[in-house]
Amino acid sequence: MGEALSLERQAQVAHALRAFLPARAVLWEEEDTRPYECDGLTAYRQLPMVVALPETDEQVRRILETCSAMQVPVVPRGAGTGLSGGALPPGDGVLLSMAKFMRVLRVDARARTAVVQPGVRNAAISEAAAPFGLYYAPDPSSQIACTIGGNVAENSGGVHCLKYGLTVHNVLRLRGFTAAGEPVELGSHAPDAPGYDLLALAIGSEGMLVVVTEVTVKLLPKPQCAKVVMASFDDVEKAGQAVADVIAAGIIPAGLEMMDRPATHAVEQFVGAGYDLDAAAILLCESDGTPEEVEHEIARVREVLARAGATRMSVSRDEAERLRFWSGRKSAFPAVGRISPDYYCMDGTIPRKRLGEVLRFIGAMEKKYGLRCPNVFHAGDGNLHPLILFDANDAEELHRTELFAGEVLEKCVEVGGTITGEHGVGVEKINQMCVQFRPDELELFLAVKRAFDPAMLLNPGKAVPTLARCAEFGRMHVRGGRLPHPELPRF
Amino acid sequence: MSLAELQDRIRDAAARGAPLRLRGGGSKDFYGNEPRGELLDTRGYAGIVSYEPTELVVTARCGTSLTQLENVLRENGQCLPFEPPHFGPEATLGGCVAAGLSGPRRASAGALRDFVLGVKLVDGQGRAMAFGGQVMKNVAGYDVSRLAAGSLGTLGLIAEASLKVLPLAACELSLELECSEAEALESMNAWAGQPLPISGTAWHAGRLCVRLSGAEPAVRAAAEKIGGTRIQAQQLWHDVREHRHAFFGGSAPLWRLAVPSVCPPLGAPGGTLIEWSGALRWLRVQDAREIAAQAGGHATRFRSHEKREDVFTALDPVAMALHRRLKAAFDPAGILNPGRMYAEV
Repeated sequence: MGEALSLERQAQVAHALRAFLPARAVLWEEEDTRPYECDGLTAYRQLPMVVALPETDEQVRRILETCSAMQVPVVPRGAGTGLSGGALPPGDGVLLSMAKFMRVLRVDARARTAVVQPGVRNAAISEAAAPFGLYYAPDPSSQIACTIGGNVAENSGGVHCLKYGLTVHNVLRLRGFTAAGEPVELGSHAPDAPGYDLLALAIGSEGMLVVVTEVTVKLLPKPQCAKVVMASFDDVEKAGQAVADVIAAGIIPAGLEMMDRPATHAVEQFVGAGYDLDAAAILLCESDGTPEEVEHEIARVREVLARAGATRMSVSRDEAERLRFWSGRKSAFPAVGRISPDYYCMDGTIPRKRLGEVLRFIGAMEKKYGLRCPNVFHAGDGNLHPLILFDANDAEELHRTELFAGEVLEKCVEVGGTITGEHGVGVEKINQMCVQFRPDELELFLAVKRAFDPAMLLNPGKAVPTLARCAEFGRMHVRGGRLPHPELPRF
Repeated sequence: MSLAELQDRIRDAAARGAPLRLRGGGSKDFYGNEPRGELLDTRGYAGIVSYEPTELVVTARCGTSLTQLENVLRENGQCLPFEPPHFGPEATLGGCVAAGLSGPRRASAGALRDFVLGVKLVDGQGRAMAFGGQVMKNVAGYDVSRLAAGSLGTLGLIAEASLKVLPLAACELSLELECSEAEALESMNAWAGQPLPISGTAWHAGRLCVRLSGAEPAVRAAAEKIGGTRIQAQQLWHDVREHRHAFFGGSAPLWRLAVPSVCPPLGAPGGTLIEWSGALRWLRVQDAREIAAQAGGHATRFRSHEKREDVFTALDPVAMALHRRLKAAFDPAGILNPGRMYAEV
């Protein structure tokens, strides 16, 4: 579209939205829209044509209705902390910020539920529930900033999800609208809502199926006490085996995390968590419950880890020390951000037994591409976060980083895992979707999308690649002399 | 039987526009609207595909006997945490996932769909497709696996399913307390808000049974807190789950009401059996739909001798339109268990 034409379109859309939104809720001047040009994946940027900031359900409905009538793409956004570019704005569409939906509507202590608006921060839900001895379990590392709406879109996890589940396990009901502005209620305050499980389908759909305006979450009783064992290993694979041994002993820890030496070194400079800097890897294993239960489980965990070859172990003596042990893990990303101009965070999940093999592969890739890559790892559920260190101002280095990441994600698929455990596909991993899924499967995803959004206006171009895109990607990525999807026509 | 044979049967039926009735052991023939169509028996496609206890995942084919699967898990100190009802010795894994029903442990452990990690699905065009996988965390693509769970075979034949499994509890005991329905609801909701290892609750006719599962110290401490009398109740939990309890006998229609757990007594004639800390109420009345709606929940005519139509609570028009379009995406010829869930799909 020519510049004059696109300016005209921008004016039309802004004018149409201004018919029912106040002036402060419709932004189109570059200085106002600039803050929305990217989410947590800053390598991808695009100025939105228009930003809309609704405050009521009715305004959301009318925005969607208006955009639907004008055939304008709409991209919903929470706090913009997402790491896969899921909220990357459309240059020819409306960025729908849900930031003003920030009220906790009610906490029902007796029913153990909270009804909140999508712009409420993840941590704010637990804060609101705390006076009742309750909390919201999923705790992504960005929990002080990320919103529940974004968590729903991405099916966010956290460090406690082996025991307490992901967003999909902790949300009871969503209310919102389809792309055309029709009201939907998915799930229910009663269990097992009738019909297909559209609640599960919407959670993790990366804002492509519905726009959510209200979320009911399940609250859990806060465990009376929690302790964490920090164990050192002189070999990463031994640490990996120790994780399998803990599970084999019938223990499901509240949290089970691993960090390799480069990661602990980066973190230690940043927060001083007290990590063993000589260890090749450290494990953090948390137990929660009643004091008796925790004592009992911690003793068993120590026994298993000792047998697995832990070279050093310490147990948090009080709550302050427990939080200090976790502080390093939770600040791993910003810590790495301090030792490198940029870092690229991967999110593959693998069967735990293939950990050694995948870590060796990542080591080989570090040499191949000449880039460093510390690893943090949700060990309990097999979710890897290798962090490739690079400098985005060096275009060649960025390119090498992308190739590095692509190879690691494809390795995850090869060993029976997935390209994304909790960060989502977004724009970032869309090419790797062509590796993980076959054309029939991708076609079915697109059909699901069309069932909710026949005009394909809600967050278009994210998460699910078109077959044409896969064909193009396949041409670029010849692996082992064989094209992926030889059955596809090539363009 | 091979996957290719199942695909061929479906392709052939789609070409003829002939409805297919997907069926495992038939233990849940009674459930849902009247089944119709040519029988496609899935029992020939059976067997555990992979199971590694330390990965906490089991993958098995649809025709696998649910009892056999649970036995293998038990031998390895693990279980299906949602404690699925079998409703007969012939129950299969495919039928279990397609029906989407969970047992007494649902209120604490989660529902069947919470443990579905991946499926291999044959859609209405006979295409075999894999969704989800065998890892705990996976957000690549839409969550078609959980959509298929509980869809009563109307979206596709669940040829294979990967489920998360968990260790068996080290210690388990049951308690019995005498109390009224209102007192039971009050207690169950209060306990659920405390960190207690409750793994099952059942109230009927003045008797509240509570099951505790977990580490020995936690179970012992909780038992002291809750009080009541310790009882041998393995048979009781089995009978509640399998509807062998006396409450489920007789010929009056059996309604399953899912309601917010804090909902007060429903006051229906014919008595009630309550599970899931109050969120599941079984009633023996002619029609429970109005009662459920008043309570902010929904009702399923679980068993009755009447003509089986409109068994499930009706959907609003927007939701029904989404259901119809999803059905068309998965099964354009409309041949897979048509009408079993709703007449429209």
